[in-house]
Amino acid sequence: MTPARFPDDVAEPFPEPPLSFEDREGRVIEIRGYDGSDAEHEALAEMYDAFDPADRAQGIPPSQPAAVRDWLDTILADDCLNVIAWHGDDAAGHATLVPDEDAYELAIFVLQEYQEAGIGTRLMKALLGYGQAEGIRKVWLTVERWNRAAVALYKKIGFETSNAESFELEMAIRLNGDADD
Amino acid sequence: MKVLLGIGGSDDSLHALERTVERAVSAGDDLTVAVVENPDSPRSPEEVVARAEEVLADAALEAEIRRVEGDPGSRLVEIAESEGFDIIALGGGQTSPMGKINLGSIAQFVLLNATTSVTLVR
Repeated sequence: MTPARFPDDVAEPFPEPPLSFEDREGRVIEIRGYDGSDAEHEALAEMYDAFDPADRAQGIPPSQPAAVRDWLDTILADDCLNVIAWHGDDAAGHATLVPDEDAYELAIFVLQEYQEAGIGTRLMKALLGYGQAEGIRKVWLTVERWNRAAVALYKKIGFETSNAESFELEMAIRLNGDADD
Repeated sequence: MKVLLGIGGSDDSLHALERTVERAVSAGDDLTVAVVENPDSPRSPEEVVARAEEVLADAALEAEIRRVEGDPGSRLVEIAESEGFDIIALGGGQTSPMGKINLGSIAQFVLLNATTSVTLVR
């Protein structure tokens, strides 16, 4: 399912976490890489328990608490990269890179009460900055076509459409060079 | 019901095979298994036919297994309509390591073009 083609050009450098900023609602948000602790794992599970099912995409996040925890066990594994947007001790958003063949699949979720405050853009860039620092070269995602806001955000960040023939749009970005493919 | 199951050999299609055979046994469906050519399938049509024979034998269900050549989606829709099938059953999509469900190209074509009901087996 990894795209057959990735952009030739390498994306701009993105800021690396940790970083903090004030969102458009005046809340102080801190973005950090996942530290591997049970406390952060559980805070994320609570964020997904509260997640509006209408914002699910292609079956994730799962809707049942037990399934959320199984899913988090998979995507918080050591071979994945995860960043979390914190508002105090509460997880407000989460973005992840999960390895698939020689590239990484990306997903990002922002809890409803924190949406449209500029957190998603920062979270996305922080994850890509983390990926660049870790030497990841190729990242891709799928997004539902009707989700115009998300598609516009991904384009602005530097993703290019790699496959437009499915229900979901597939987009890809190259984070680091020094590759012959 | 007269059920046309389309399988090409991807993992989700083999799951659909098992579930649809189980259902046919309990509901008394009249099942036809169409083995299509899915270019994304890791298994050859011969392997898929062999698997279908095995699953049917284990369930002691009589069902026709038919090799279908040509474009899989359009051939399934055509067979369903010309032979009076009530429903087309297909695999419900592959799941990426992250857990996202992606519908296959055959399922997408059938969903948009079939005049019969379509079951995506999860």
